[in-house]
Amino acid sequence: MGPDQAQRGAAADLMPALPLDDAGPYVAAAYLVFLALILVYVAIMAAKLARIGRELGEVTEIVRRRAAERRERDGEEEAVHR
Amino acid sequence: MFARGLKPLSIASVVLIVGAFALVFFYAPNDADQGFVQKIFYLHVPLAIVALFGFVAGGVYGIRYLRTDDRSHDLRSYVAIHISLILAVAALVTGSIWARAAWGQWWVWDEPTLVSFLIVFLLYACYQPLRFSIEDPERQARTAAVFAIVAGAFVPLNFMAVRLAESLVHPRVLSATGGSMPGEMRLTFLVALTGMAVLFVTLWKYELTSKEASMQLRALKRALADEDDAWVPTRRSAAPQQI
Repeated sequence: MGPDQAQRGAAADLMPALPLDDAGPYVAAAYLVFLALILVYVAIMAAKLARIGRELGEVTEIVRRRAAERRERDGEEEAVHR
Repeated sequence: MFARGLKPLSIASVVLIVGAFALVFFYAPNDADQGFVQKIFYLHVPLAIVALFGFVAGGVYGIRYLRTDDRSHDLRSYVAIHISLILAVAALVTGSIWARAAWGQWWVWDEPTLVSFLIVFLLYACYQPLRFSIEDPERQARTAAVFAIVAGAFVPLNFMAVRLAESLVHPRVLSATGGSMPGEMRLTFLVALTGMAVLFVTLWKYELTSKEASMQLRALKRALADEDDAWVPTRRSAAPQQI
């Protein structure tokens, strides 16, 4: 037995191959953890985006209201000048 | 500023990650020693490698911030470290699951690769609290940049130290001489690694774009508040507040 084979044998003793029925849940769990983390991250980003959208709507509303007030004030001043 | 190329990057991430997973389960052969459980390798190792590169990238942007005083580099550094931390959590959890399946234990304390990765993770776990503890934005950005540079330099040093350590439990499958992976496994691994790297860049750009939009909105609100002579309080945050 060469050194490579000896090392391989030692590694195999430490890491015996699990049958598919036993290994399947571990592999599925690992990939599901990754998927879950990505989904949670995307959900948090979506929530942030929704907040930005809502706040942008509020700012737009304030700007519109101010523009309307300004137009109203200009109209009144014009009427006074006449 | 940051949103350019986001759409093709998103498509490339999905295609590469789905393609990599398809190769993992339908193309790559089962490992002779570990059998089916070795499939975790194609997820765990790219996660760890990309997380470590992300930490180093955070340090590089830290250097660029200190050299140019451009706050966008501080934001880039912050987001790179933030996403790397998420990937590092995934690497730790998937590694632990693999350890349980292969070695019968969730964690092995005398294994240099595992412990060194945990040390790097815990080091970077201090990054956000450090930023949050400093209220002045200028000082926050400068201190965070110094931290990112020092910790970023620690990552390759740590990697080399682990490489020098001999360990039978955590075998080396990647090396300058080509490692010990057969062709199908190597191709699958490279596609998975590329997919993870592209996913990292995509998420990085997503978060940068979101933070930029948030900052611009805050600036707009402040400008409107100034017209009203009203004071808008700024929330204390670990994230950069302006660029």
